Amino acid sequence: MSQGWGLGALVNLDHYGHYLNWHFISISVSNLTVMVLMVVTFVVALFAPFPGRRNRRGSK
Amino acid sequence: MSTTEIERQWTSRLRKSVVAKLPPDKMLPDTQPAYVASWIYVFGVTTMAALFVVIVTGCILAIDGPVWWHSSSLGHFVNSMHLWAVEIFFFAMVVHLWGKFSMAAWRGGRSLTWVTGAVTFLASILAGFTGYVSQTNFDSQWIATQAKDGINSTGGGAFFNVLNLGQMLMWHIVLLPIAAVVLTGLHVVMVRIKGVVPPFEEKSSEVSA
Amino acid sequence: MSKKPFRPDVDAPEYKGPYAPYDIIKEGTIAVVVVALLTVALAIVFSSPDEKAITIKTWSTAAPVDFAQTALSELNGSSGVAGYGAPYNNGGPSQGWGFLQPEHWLGVHIPINTATDFVLNPLESQPATPSLSAALSQWNSASSSAQTAWTTAYSNASAKMTFSGGEVKVPTTKAGPVPVLINALTQMARSGALDQALVTQKGFYTTNYTKPLLFLSDGAYLGNLADAQHLGGDQWGMMNETGQWPGQAWLWLYTFWYQIPPWSTSASGDFLVWGTMMILTALFILVPFIPGLRSIPRRLKIYRIIWREHYAAQE
Repeated sequence: MSQGWGLGALVNLDHYGHYLNWHFISISVSNLTVMVLMVVTFVVALFAPFPGRRNRRGSK
Repeated sequence: MSTTEIERQWTSRLRKSVVAKLPPDKMLPDTQPAYVASWIYVFGVTTMAALFVVIVTGCILAIDGPVWWHSSSLGHFVNSMHLWAVEIFFFAMVVHLWGKFSMAAWRGGRSLTWVTGAVTFLASILAGFTGYVSQTNFDSQWIATQAKDGINSTGGGAFFNVLNLGQMLMWHIVLLPIAAVVLTGLHVVMVRIKGVVPPFEEKSSEVSA
Repeated sequence: MSKKPFRPDVDAPEYKGPYAPYDIIKEGTIAVVVVALLTVALAIVFSSPDEKAITIKTWSTAAPVDFAQTALSELNGSSGVAGYGAPYNNGGPSQGWGFLQPEHWLGVHIPINTATDFVLNPLESQPATPSLSAALSQWNSASSSAQTAWTTAYSNASAKMTFSGGEVKVPTTKAGPVPVLINALTQMARSGALDQALVTQKGFYTTNYTKPLLFLSDGAYLGNLADAQHLGGDQWGMMNETGQWPGQAWLWLYTFWYQIPPWSTSASGDFLVWGTMMILTALFILVPFIPGLRSIPRRLKIYRIIWREHYAAQE
């Protein structure tokens, strides 16, 4: 499908995409993955302990 | 030369107002309020880091011209880096946006910081779009012939012709990167001037600072 | 200083608490290194799409009948571009809503006459053959009613169009020079000469592919390839990408409107989608100034998780 050489990917994404359909909603698995990862990242960023918090002392 | 002459200088006045608004220890602070203690705070700088990688990989793609990457495996690899840096850029920017919205980070005279951030997001979408139509492959052919209808319907197509590769490439590699970098710079300077937004007061008896 | 009432979604309390060391330059440097390494890793693992551009030569070679039908529609003015309206021509109604008609107000800025630009001028740039020269001069000297009669006769028979032996054939004898013109343009397209003729009409150098792209967009070939890849406008195609790569997912809301009525069914759908998006974009930019909208984060209480340490220290 793609032009020529130089596609040395470890995971070959050069096939027709997979799509999930629900009523009028249609989304590619790749886009859905990106979106889910965004939400997961956001939630992890909210709850993950931030390093060094115990060392904080008042200054200034 | 008299002191008054020096004081009246545009140069000295500019320096004084810049230093007054943004003294070095505000521009490059070595401490942050103790409430700045969450991973959510790293997504702004991650977005900027991704913008940096996008620009560097774009500059490498520029060296040999717009169609190099079709015929060179190195070019294709740099193109892949450019694409994935863009994905990281938007990814980080959206998480940053959710975080700042959750904090209502526009409070305390920071509304222009929000506005510049939102406009940067739009400029980035346009920069990404002009990149997609400058790919000189099937993707760009299809996207351009589709996108023309939307832009034409606003009247904008009379001046912004998505089927004109030269025009789109110039927007992609000159005008919109300048816009993105300038807007990001303004956004960061505003954050540094005002500082990171304080938490909501749980007892709402406080008086505005 | 007068005491104004404190507005919790607009004003911020003054912070009088402790500060802690925070190395923003180190943070930035680490971010650049991490993002650069992640970018390299993703590029190695997933690469990037690059589906070869189609040409008018590949189109007319793969689907000569679709090409010839499209060529006819450009000649008789029935194609999508011929009936597009502004900014290309006055061939059709412009999009708008009520008194808002920006497409119409701005008018024709990129003039395209499909018959001359896509068919006749390219043919005239070809080396003359007796039959083509005769057909062109017969067409050019004919009245427009004669031209219409020829293209109508050709069009009526074109459902039975075939391509065999390198020739476009339509069973009619009343189409005047049209069969020669369409056949010659198809030959020209299949040789690759039409790709060149469409981009070089304004001189030696070009960076503008408006004409060949518009011609391609009038045929079924380009759209069929795109639909097969799930890139159609009614397939949420704007946020999709060739192959299995993620696309411009950030366009999800823009492409969403194209899936539901009235946006998906209106003749001014593009204009309505853009209008809707402009209003929503203005709301997004102006969140800090919009009562109600700007109170959402205080009510969502996600901030309590972000600043949990701060609130814990207060107790």
